Amino acid sequence: MTGHIVPKKVYYLIFLTLMVMTAITTAVAFVDLGRFNIVVAMAIAIFKASLVVLFFMHVHYSTKLTKMIVAAGVFWLAIMLLMTMSDLLTRGWMGVPGR
Amino acid sequence: MITATEPVVAPKTYLNAEYGAKSWLLTKDHKRIALLYLVSVTLFFFLGGIMAVLIRIELATPAGDLVQSNTYNKLFTMHGILMIFFFLIPSIPAVLGNFLVPLMIGAKDLAFPRINLLSWYIYVIGGFFTLYVLFTGGVDTGWTFYTPFSTTYSNTYVTATAIGIFIVGFSSILTGLNFIVTIHRMRAPGMTWFRLPLFIWAHYATSVIQILGTPVIAVTILLLALERGFHIGFFDPAQGGDPVLFQHLFWFYSHPAVYIMILPAMGVTSEIITTFSRKAPFGYSFIAMSSVAIAVFGFLVWGHHLFVSSQSVYAGMVFSVLSYLVAIPSAIKVFNWTATMYKGSISLNTPMLYAIGFIGLFTIGGLTGLFLAALGMDVHLTDTYFVVAHFHYIMVGGAIMGYLGGLHFWWPKITGKMYPENWARVSAIVIFLGFNLTFFPQFILGYLGMPRRYHVYPPEFQVYNVLSSAGATVLGAGYLLPFIYFFWSLKYGKPAGPNPWNAAGLEWQTQSPPLPENFVITPVVTEEAHTFSHREGVEVG
Repeated sequence: MTGHIVPKKVYYLIFLTLMVMTAITTAVAFVDLGRFNIVVAMAIAIFKASLVVLFFMHVHYSTKLTKMIVAAGVFWLAIMLLMTMSDLLTRGWMGVPGR
Repeated sequence: MITATEPVVAPKTYLNAEYGAKSWLLTKDHKRIALLYLVSVTLFFFLGGIMAVLIRIELATPAGDLVQSNTYNKLFTMHGILMIFFFLIPSIPAVLGNFLVPLMIGAKDLAFPRINLLSWYIYVIGGFFTLYVLFTGGVDTGWTFYTPFSTTYSNTYVTATAIGIFIVGFSSILTGLNFIVTIHRMRAPGMTWFRLPLFIWAHYATSVIQILGTPVIAVTILLLALERGFHIGFFDPAQGGDPVLFQHLFWFYSHPAVYIMILPAMGVTSEIITTFSRKAPFGYSFIAMSSVAIAVFGFLVWGHHLFVSSQSVYAGMVFSVLSYLVAIPSAIKVFNWTATMYKGSISLNTPMLYAIGFIGLFTIGGLTGLFLAALGMDVHLTDTYFVVAHFHYIMVGGAIMGYLGGLHFWWPKITGKMYPENWARVSAIVIFLGFNLTFFPQFILGYLGMPRRYHVYPPEFQVYNVLSSAGATVLGAGYLLPFIYFFWSLKYGKPAGPNPWNAAGLEWQTQSPPLPENFVITPVVTEEAHTFSHREGVEVG
C-alpha cells in the first residue's frame, strides 16, 4: 500500500493559509464583537483544524472508510458538546434542583 | 542394519518457539502479548483486591477502628483506580481479545503487532505511576476525581495519579485501534461481517468506545492537572469555570467505560452459551447489533451521574429517558441467551456455570440500574450503598464472571492443558455465592440510607455490613482457587487437544497451544458462526 504523494506546493499553501488565519485571529481579538467574539474565534479555529486534518493528515486523499472514521469522531464530539450545552443553556428553564 | 531412534520433539507452539526474557519482552506475537497482559492485570487485580479486603474488614464494625478516615479515603480511591483502569478495562480486551481476535478471524496476527507491544509498555508505564502513588502516600479523591476537591483542596498525589491514568488511556486506545483495523482488513476468505463470531462483534463495539471515549478522559485529566498545577480556571467558578463541566467531561468517558468492561464479557458469554448448549445463537444478528447499539447509546446517558449536581432539570429529564434506552439492547441479549439455551443440549461445565452466573447477576445489575436512571428515585439513592451494589453487580458480577468464564473456556487453547474441572466448578459456585452474599446486603443498606465512602456508620447497619464482609471472605477464597489450579494445570493438567469442547470457531481448528503463525494455511470460512448441527457434544467433564 503506497501513500498519496502530495505536491510540496499544497503544503506551503496550507501553511500560508494557517499563518494568515492565525494573524486574523490575533487581529480580531482586538475588536470587540460582543457575543460574536467566541463565534468568530471558534469558526477560524475549526477552519484551521479542518485544513490540518484534510491535507496535513491526508484525510482528503484517503479511502471512504477513513473519512467515515474521522466523521464519526467529529459526530461524537458534537454529541459531547450538544448534550453538555443542553444542561448549561437550560439551567434557567426549569431551574436546578435545590435552588 | 542401523536403526536410529528419532528424538522426541515437542510440537512447535508460540510458547516454545523462542525462549528467554528478551523473546517475551520484545515479542510481536499477539498471543505472547496477551500473556504479558494476563500477568500484569492479575497483579493489579490482587492489589485492588487487597484494598477491598481492608475496606471490608474496616466495615465489619460500625466504629472506625482499623484505619483512620484519611487512610480509608485512600483505600477506596486506590481500589477503584486499580480495579477500573488497570484491571477491568484491559482485562478481557487486552488478554482474551488480544489472544483471540486474530485466531477467530483467521489472521496471523493483529494489524499492527508493534503497536500492540507498545500498548503493553504504555500500560506498564502508567502502572508504575500508580504504584508510585500507592507506595508513597496515595490519593484520596475517589476514582472520580471530582472538582473542586481534586483541583483545590486535596493534598495527596492527585497529579501523579492523573498522569498514570492519562498514560494508561493510550494503551486502551491503541488496543481498540488495532482491533478495528484488524477486523476490517484481516478477515480470512469467506469470513463475512455476519459470519463473525459474536465475541468479535462485542470487541468491535468495545473498540469503538475505546477510540472515541478515551481521548476525552485524557483531555479532562489534563485540564484537571493544569488547574491544580497552574491555576488555569476550567472548573473553578472563581476563575470563570464550572465544576459541573468536569462531571460532564468525566462521565462522557466513564459511563461508556462501563460498556468497555461489560461488552467483551457479553461476547464471551455468547460464545460459551452457544458452545455448551450445542446450538446456534438465537437471533445472531440481534445479539451482534445490540452490541453496537449499547456502544452508541452508552454515549448518550452520562448525565444520569449528575442528577443531584446543579445540572438543569431539563437535561436531567433528557438523560433519564435516554438512560432507559440502554435497557433495550441489554434485554435483547439476555432474552436471546436464554432462548439459545432453550431446548439446547446443555452441559454444565465450568465456563457455562460462569456464563449462567453472568446472565443472572448482569440482569440484577441492569434492573437496579433502571432504579438509578429514574430521576426522582435517584435523588434518594445517590451516593448510597445501593449504587455501590448496582455497579458491582455489573462490574464484578458481570465483567469478572465473564472474564473468568472466558479464561476457563480458552485456557486449554492458551496453554494446551486442561484445568481440574471439579475444582473449577467448585470455584465458580463459591464465587457466585460469595459475590451475592457480599453485594446483595448492600442494596438494602443503600435503600436504608447508608452513604458510600464513610468508614463509620450507625450501629443498626452492622448486620448487613457483617454479612457483606463475610461474603467478601468467601469471594476472596473463590478468586484464589483459579489462581492456584491454573498454575497447577500448567504442570499437571491433561493435554487439551485442539478442541476439547467440540466448539465451533476458527480458534479451535488450530493446535493448542497455537503455532506462532496461528494457522498452517489460511483457513477458508464456509459456514455461519456457531454452527453446531454437525458437531458432537462436549466430551470433557
